[in-house]
Amino acid sequence: MKKIIAFSKRNALEIARDPLTIVFGAGLPVVLIYLLSAIQKNIPASLFEITSLMPGVVVFSLSFVTLFSSLLIAKDRQGMLLTRLYTTPMRAGDFVIGYMLPLLPIGLVQAAVCVIASVPLGVEISGNLLLMLIVSLPAILFNVSLGLLFGSILTDKQVGGVCGALLTNVSAWLSGIWFDVDLVGGAFSKIANALPFIHAVEAERCALAGDMMGVMNHIWVVLVYAILALLLAVYLFLRQMRK
Amino acid sequence: MIRIDGLSKRFKDVEAVKSVSLEIPKGELFALLGVNGAGKTTLIKMLCSLIKPTSGDAWIDGKSILTEPNAVKEAIGLSPQETAVALNLTVSENLFLMAGVQNLDNEAARVRINEMMETFSLSKVASRRASKLSGGWQRKLSLAMALVKEPKVLFLDEPTLGLDVIARRELWDEITKLKGRVTVILTTHYMEEAEALSDRIGVMKDGVLLETGSAKELIAKTGADKFEDAFIRIVRGEYD
Repeated sequence: MKKIIAFSKRNALEIARDPLTIVFGAGLPVVLIYLLSAIQKNIPASLFEITSLMPGVVVFSLSFVTLFSSLLIAKDRQGMLLTRLYTTPMRAGDFVIGYMLPLLPIGLVQAAVCVIASVPLGVEISGNLLLMLIVSLPAILFNVSLGLLFGSILTDKQVGGVCGALLTNVSAWLSGIWFDVDLVGGAFSKIANALPFIHAVEAERCALAGDMMGVMNHIWVVLVYAILALLLAVYLFLRQMRK
Repeated sequence: MIRIDGLSKRFKDVEAVKSVSLEIPKGELFALLGVNGAGKTTLIKMLCSLIKPTSGDAWIDGKSILTEPNAVKEAIGLSPQETAVALNLTVSENLFLMAGVQNLDNEAARVRINEMMETFSLSKVASRRASKLSGGWQRKLSLAMALVKEPKVLFLDEPTLGLDVIARRELWDEITKLKGRVTVILTTHYMEEAEALSDRIGVMKDGVLLETGSAKELIAKTGADKFEDAFIRIVRGEYD
């Protein structure tokens, strides 16, 4: 356990001391919430109502957790620190847990920042906000697992492209945060509904509304994706470790 | 302390290490010399249980790298070719990281880290982030990190590569202090480094360990005037 704690602490410090974490982890989601809420005030249509927007931004901001974790792991792989650590008594499981452990609270803090930031904009303080944080856990696990997965197979430059650009866009467009994907319809809607992002957002919206049945209808999809991503990530991490 | 028996490694079409056999007694500082691609780093990686040999075996402190890699990892320390430090962590945090991942209890870690700080004069930069250190200080930190758990065997893979003369000499002083206490295998490109630091030198070329002996023995064996000439003659096969 001491080994995992020492390694987790190092990973937490590396991420927390990276200015990217503050800018993208907390700054951008809050800016998005306030900017789009300001736009909402000035348009007649109901596009960015805070109760619909904030749960979406919570899920969208988690894609940056994937970026942070995959960047850290990719950089570690390219440098010699991991090689050094591979010659210590640390086992494969210690590395996997040590990388994932600090990212779960970071994801939770990010979600909490979005929730708290939305209170002055009219979101009512209630137990449902706590429920939102609990419901975000499978989405956090999914994004952390994706981070381990991409960090295990990509270089830090590739991570920038795949997680910084591709994943954030997929997460933004196919999640129903900004518009109803059914309005586009066709293959777009089918793809969006087959992926976990839209279900994570809907589960969060239901949690905020206190609709437990709605939460259950969506959260299992996110959970299945999270478990599959975790299994694949562990396999790929162990494979690169053996190399 | 170290026994290597017919160790070989093949990567697809390339045989990087060819049936190397060698014994290194406790406390000896053994330098591995060779031109690029000689197989030095591959040999070190096999001895550290980072990669598996294609054939042969080696024993570190009596533990097989094939069947007891975890026990081998308890006995060794590695300072890799490139500086292997956590850049966003301070000097002190880097040392505590190594103590933690090697299961040292808190009190033992504190005592040992203080020793390392003193030995390597790291106290004055203890709270500075590794990314802000010069190359020489980073190498010192890297070496200190490898020694936190008092390894029985220390592998130094080109520890002074890219350092200026002063930083290199300072690191030599630190490495010299280890002689007799820790068994050290050091790889280097620098003839004078091998000659100045090591008890014995092994010369590798194309994965083969061509010769071993003290610098004086190798000079005498090749009939050269100085060690650099002896090395060139061994690599070119220009001696009896």
